[in-house]
Amino acid sequence: MKILVPIKRVPDTDQKIQVKPDGSGIVTDGLPFVINPFDAIAVEEALRIREKSTDVAEVLAVSVGTEACEPQLRTALAMGADNATLIHCDAPLDPWNVACVLRAYAGRYQPELILMGKQGVDDDFSQTGQMLAALLDWPQATFASKIEFLGGGLRVTRETDAGLEIVRVSLPAVVTADLRLNEPRYASLTSMMKARKKTIERIPTAQLGVVIEPRLQLLGLEAVPSRRKSVRVGSLDELLVKLRDEEKVL
Amino acid sequence: MRVLILCEHESHGIRLCSRSAVAFANLVAEQTRGSVECLLLGHSVAAVAQDAAAYAPVLVADHPALANPLADRYAKVISDVVKQRGCDLVVAAATTFAKDILPRAAGLLGGAMASEVIGHEFRDGQLCFRRPLFAGAVVATVALHGRPKLVTIRPSAYPAAGVRAGHGDITAVAVDEGILPKKTEFEALQSKLSNRPDVTEARIVVSGGRGIKSSEDFERLVGGLADKLHAATGSSRALVDAGITPNAFQVGQTGKVVAPELYIALGISGAVQHLAGMKNSKTIVAINSDPEAPIFEVADYGLVGDVYELVPQMIAKLDGAL
Repeated sequence: MKILVPIKRVPDTDQKIQVKPDGSGIVTDGLPFVINPFDAIAVEEALRIREKSTDVAEVLAVSVGTEACEPQLRTALAMGADNATLIHCDAPLDPWNVACVLRAYAGRYQPELILMGKQGVDDDFSQTGQMLAALLDWPQATFASKIEFLGGGLRVTRETDAGLEIVRVSLPAVVTADLRLNEPRYASLTSMMKARKKTIERIPTAQLGVVIEPRLQLLGLEAVPSRRKSVRVGSLDELLVKLRDEEKVL
Repeated sequence: MRVLILCEHESHGIRLCSRSAVAFANLVAEQTRGSVECLLLGHSVAAVAQDAAAYAPVLVADHPALANPLADRYAKVISDVVKQRGCDLVVAAATTFAKDILPRAAGLLGGAMASEVIGHEFRDGQLCFRRPLFAGAVVATVALHGRPKLVTIRPSAYPAAGVRAGHGDITAVAVDEGILPKKTEFEALQSKLSNRPDVTEARIVVSGGRGIKSSEDFERLVGGLADKLHAATGSSRALVDAGITPNAFQVGQTGKVVAPELYIALGISGAVQHLAGMKNSKTIVAINSDPEAPIFEVADYGLVGDVYELVPQMIAKLDGAL
């Protein structure tokens, strides 16, 4: 069995994001980037599946984008992914574009399982995995907090607003990882050094026969200013008076 | 534009969040001299259809194979209805139900989708959407190319639609079980048992963070204050990670997004990921022992102090006992 783990490069979530003066994008100078935290959870889960099973031949990390994605693929290798592929594309990508590229790549690579994060924490779309599953005509289990192998398929516990939903899906399938699925391991310094020597396969998007046609066009960005009163109250009584008489919410 | 609303329902009727989707659809239909319809999927949902018909004409796909919201089946039915009826725009509230199903339907319909929409406008006659990025620090304006366009909206951005004049208009959608995907099976739903309001729908939300040390304390302090105010309870990710609160409680960028009239943050430091889930609340109150906690920057009213001391006093004061 082969497990494909798509990885997105996103700004470190601890960083303050600044919008360029012309609103065309964010300021990336000096901004540190990381593996999207939900994708790191997907990598970890793929590794745990491989460690528990004699059946897993390969865990392959894949990114779609520019050369800048390489460090995040190296991190996935350092965590323990067997190999990594960069599908090279310089054009801006929306979830549909990434899903189309991954569909084409999955057609070539033939994984039994695609494990990825439930959303990118930069643009919070939460669309790519579902679109990919639709394009492949595979079953999907999104927002997974537990994955079990059962009778040739998967039993997945999903985090939903209604509670924990348990579904069974046949393989091949797309599963997207939620926060509680696991806690990703840290890549040690030695493994980072080793990962540096590994070869990352590069494939131009055009070689997969995919034409990038944007469905979602960014017209502009604005920073969101805070417009809060920020009043410090000295006591509970003062707070209750404010809430009762000024805000009239109690 | 011909607008289709994907409705989410509970036993007795459509969810409040879906009425926000109806409100969005009504606005766009008015602005484009278009029309709106609701689409309801499920099994034995006649009563729900009656309820939905109070807000818009309803299409009902009622079939045993649709008893549970399995994404592959639902997306197939939705995409067939959209094609048959020539819908231009499909909208649903941004809940886990629609976040699971609608992007899959978009995958079958050409991929023009934007999620978590908080506003819309027309630029040169083109419908554009506003949506938050980077945990709400930035708002993007985007255009969608292709037809149909699909969006999920944040319920807090569109006040729920009221009952319309004229009822009825319920049309059955034929469901051919033979063409539905069958690679997913529903096994069980372990629903959360709570007699408190839904955190995304409540007028008041009381939320706890790292300052709360155990599940018992959470129930006593956060739960106790919530019950006094008929409020819902929420928590920061720190408490979910610590196993003190269930995942369903998490308010934040990767959890639930709420915008109640009053949000009371107890012992929450105010990480940017948490703020993304609550900063559009009308009034925000923070109680925290650390005077430098970032939560105070977004709070309307901040009180520095120990929640273990202050919250029981607050409950007592609300009782009128002190």
